Amino acid sequence: MSALLEIDDLRIEATSYPPGEKPRDVTIVDGVSLRLERGRVMGLIGESGAGKSTIGLSAMAYGRGGVRITGGAVRLNGTDILSGGARGLRRLRGKAVTYVAQSAAAAFNPARRLMEQVIETTLAQGIPRSEAEARAVTLFARLGLPDPDTIGSRYPHQVSGGQLQRVMTAMALCPGPELVIFDEPTTALDVTTQIEVLAAIKEAIRDTGVAALYITHDLAVVAQVADDIMVLRHGKMVECGATAQIIGAPREDYTRALVSVRQVTHPEKSAAADPLLRIEAVTARYRGLALDVLKDITLDLAPGRTLAVVGESGSGKSTLARVITGLLPPAAGSVRFDGRDLSPALSGRSKNDLRELQMIYQMADTAMNPRQTVATIIGRPLEFYFGLRGAERDRRVAELLDEIELGKGFSDRYPAELSGGQKQRVCIARALAARPRLIICDEVTSALDPLVADGILRLLQRLQQEEGVAYLFITHDIATVRAIADEIAVMHRGRVVRQGPKAQVLSPPFDDYTELLLASVPEMREGWLEEVIATRKAATPEGTRA
Amino acid sequence: MQNGFLLKLVVQRIALGCLLLLAASGLIFVGTQMLPGDVAQSILGQSATPQALANLRAELGLDQPPLTRYLDWLGNALQGDLGHALSNGQDIASSIAGRLGNTLFLAGTAAAIAVPLALALGLLAVRFQGRWPDRLISGVTLATISVPEFLLGYLAMFALAVQFRVFPSVSSIHDGMSLGQQFQAIALPVLVMVLVVLGHMMRMTRAAILNVMQSAYIETAELKGLRRFTIIARHALPNAVAPIVNVIMLNLAYLVVGVVVVEVVFVYPGMGQYLVDHVAKRDVPVVQACGLIFAAVYIGLNMIADLVAILANPRLRHPR
Repeated sequence: MSALLEIDDLRIEATSYPPGEKPRDVTIVDGVSLRLERGRVMGLIGESGAGKSTIGLSAMAYGRGGVRITGGAVRLNGTDILSGGARGLRRLRGKAVTYVAQSAAAAFNPARRLMEQVIETTLAQGIPRSEAEARAVTLFARLGLPDPDTIGSRYPHQVSGGQLQRVMTAMALCPGPELVIFDEPTTALDVTTQIEVLAAIKEAIRDTGVAALYITHDLAVVAQVADDIMVLRHGKMVECGATAQIIGAPREDYTRALVSVRQVTHPEKSAAADPLLRIEAVTARYRGLALDVLKDITLDLAPGRTLAVVGESGSGKSTLARVITGLLPPAAGSVRFDGRDLSPALSGRSKNDLRELQMIYQMADTAMNPRQTVATIIGRPLEFYFGLRGAERDRRVAELLDEIELGKGFSDRYPAELSGGQKQRVCIARALAARPRLIICDEVTSALDPLVADGILRLLQRLQQEEGVAYLFITHDIATVRAIADEIAVMHRGRVVRQGPKAQVLSPPFDDYTELLLASVPEMREGWLEEVIATRKAATPEGTRA
Repeated sequence: MQNGFLLKLVVQRIALGCLLLLAASGLIFVGTQMLPGDVAQSILGQSATPQALANLRAELGLDQPPLTRYLDWLGNALQGDLGHALSNGQDIASSIAGRLGNTLFLAGTAAAIAVPLALALGLLAVRFQGRWPDRLISGVTLATISVPEFLLGYLAMFALAVQFRVFPSVSSIHDGMSLGQQFQAIALPVLVMVLVVLGHMMRMTRAAILNVMQSAYIETAELKGLRRFTIIARHALPNAVAPIVNVIMLNLAYLVVGVVVVEVVFVYPGMGQYLVDHVAKRDVPVVQACGLIFAAVYIGLNMIADLVAILANPRLRHPR
């Protein structure tokens, strides 16, 4: 009997349009084969550009954008799905094979109620509405959604991100598919939410006996749900094996690098005498909102040290950065820098205040003018703060490019010609050009692949040693905090719930929130998820789980 | 109240519409006052005695300060009294009523054909995007908006009234005609007006839906294996309502306000013809009244468009 899904020697191409050059065909997936049995879960793992989503979508005979399947075969139950024609595809998509996207918030139609969208394909199979709705309600309950009977009558914007991701899973399971493609279903979620969604997905897969392709860049996540793992890089298979073998005894160097990622270590240094930055009793709110986004925040950061501010989305981390930079004047409290009071509003700050306090952003893409070359981008602060021009400026730009390990060959490039990690390096050089004493790093590694992110963290550490610059490092990622921080402040709903030197903050006894946060970070071993869920169920009486 | 925010938005928008109308009335009044020449002089002619001129001015209220005259005019207009025409002394409100009815009949007929047709053609163009039906629809509608409406009018008259004698070239209607006869009479101006507004609405429908078709939830719908037309109608169209309604309302306003030329070409007894006649006679009260009605139509339809856009937004209709 044939396997559920068989992919043979798959080749996928797309046309790329590099700026200023002729369009050319690029190979996205090259010679990948896989075999998935009924009821099994295979994890596809790799960095961005590894072709994992493209392979996943090929199981639905779908090419995103201008992507074309140019070679090989994809068979579902022994039937070639690439030659099925339009009618064959309509029977396949959304019925035999369904899809769960990364961002459920974008993947749901904002103008239609959840129930309509969840049962849409089930109705198309000729199943009566009452039966389809009953099925959906059962799935909502099984996925741990609150008010399973009525949640379907809400609109997508009326439920939270984690709930929406579970509704999307219900939508994928409702027509009773044989195979579900999960495409980074928990990547956009907070770490404490991710664990609930992950557990719900795992239980649903087990209870329905459906087979799944689980796509992610996070090996620790996929280790919790997959029976087998395929490691991909640049559209080719690196290795494929049982989960235990991949994480326990990887055969290839690249897999070993993925497993051992986060090798950056940073011995904690104690704070020097006087703080460089002192935030005193800061309370802040946005105009037109009665809610305090920051409540009575007091923090110190010593020169040449790193303070990691960690918390979930909505905890007020980025608002804190806006207050320090003067973009949002606080409602109460003050920001002192190097012994002097900083003006609460940006307009009241001197050029020297601006120079000493620089910022690097999460999205390097949107933080640079796409029509300026790297030399212009880095040269601008040199002109603005130091009045450097001509050859003198060019020499300093070249120095900075050497410092960020790119070299002056990059000076004539445009942002579109750089990779994600290179873009972030250019942003670092732009901040460094001002010779700042403090750099605020707002989720600077969150959009990057783990190996690239490690490179950025190493660079930031080296620059700190050489230049003595202090970092205020905003992140939601505990691993990053472990790698880089001297001091840690844990934020939750606008308050600092715990702060101090790294070793102290990360050691017990914990407050409830920090414990939850630390326990939610996936560990790279099988069975971790079950342990955490079991611990939590034991801790909270039945029925009180949100 | 659960949805007080939505109510507040709606009330705000209606209040803004009223304010706009007030400002427009002020502009119309000032504009007509700035016309060169003296109304009394133009009524009585060059040979009038200074005494006769002064008497007439007093009778018309022209000796009052401008603000008083404006407030009088506005107050009367709000009560439905638009004054009397200078040229023939008739009550403006009653002579406009019939003509406004005729104009609305013409515009309404054109809208009833053009709006559904534009939507259907827009959906069709998206369904066959880049293929021949799309190109044909886009090309033809572009051609029809590019030709001036008076030329379209004479072309239609030449082809359908002179060459083939299907429809009359003069669209006069009166109360004694049956509805069928009336439609027969206005067929040509309706045809011209449909052609003029069709392109704009169809292109906006197409562009708005294509914009929505880039969204991630359209990919979700594609991965559900839905038919392309189902995706367009069920998943894309509801999210493109706001821009489409906006351009439809602009075109409806144009049908009422902007058809002066078409009415004149076909000698149709509507508002446009009436306005043109009285501008030539420098009949200020009539011009003011027509201006006020046109402004009200324009502002009212745009207000409806904005209200529909507010009500079509599920985030406002169903707050968290």
